[in-house]
Amino acid sequence: MAYVKAFLVGGFLCAIAQAAMDLTKANPAIIMVSAVSAGAVLSGLGLYAPLVEVAGAGATIPLPGFGHTLVTGMMEDAAQWGLFGILTGGFKAVSAGLLSAVLFGYLMAVLFNPKG
Amino acid sequence: MTKANIREQEAYSVFLEDFRPKRPTFRNIVVAFFTGGMICAVGQGVLSYLLSGSMPEKQAYALTSSVMVFLGAFLTGLGVYDKLGIFAGMGAALPITGLANSVVSPAMEYKREGFVLGVGARMFQVAGPVIVYATLAATIVSLIKLYVF
Repeated sequence: MAYVKAFLVGGFLCAIAQAAMDLTKANPAIIMVSAVSAGAVLSGLGLYAPLVEVAGAGATIPLPGFGHTLVTGMMEDAAQWGLFGILTGGFKAVSAGLLSAVLFGYLMAVLFNPKG
Repeated sequence: MTKANIREQEAYSVFLEDFRPKRPTFRNIVVAFFTGGMICAVGQGVLSYLLSGSMPEKQAYALTSSVMVFLGAFLTGLGVYDKLGIFAGMGAALPITGLANSVVSPAMEYKREGFVLGVGARMFQVAGPVIVYATLAATIVSLIKLYVF
């Protein structure tokens, strides 16, 4: 059941992004930027956490989940340290994703060459 | 250019419109739904596996995105993910595997310009803006939550 929920919610988020791209004719980078920002806003409104509760990876793997994780990390540290928590908490929460992107991204770019 | 000329050109572009392929919006949305859904189901598989051990939830979520980034980067290296991107659009770009793809693809392409200004600089051609705006949005949201509510 967890797989079905992840599939449906993850698919739904991608479908919205695709619809937004086709209807506005914006380029993919602008849609991706809008999606992470929207995720942060939805997280602030308290709407994203329930989605993660229901869909698990279906909500955290799409880019809006990245914005949500940032906000969650900031608020977690802010609960303890106030303003300084916003400085320390955000990147701590997304560290695994960011570090992996740098590390594996670099590794693969060095190891492989473009095809065709 | 005379008025007649302009009118002729307009007529021609209207005539061309019939031959231009229509943007298959419905098809794109359906394909994005199924592709994005499948990628998230794979992520859920990783997450469920990690949670079935003794890993705390927070670590399991973080490690899941790490595994997905690895998969996205690796499949881009193999030349598979770019094809998926052309096929599925946002279905391939929106999951975090797509962010990994946006890192590896230009870095690989610009390798011939060197490892600093080629690979190093181009890695974040798309992921850079994503991180910048995610950080700005999250900071503003958190400030509002902290001081207004």
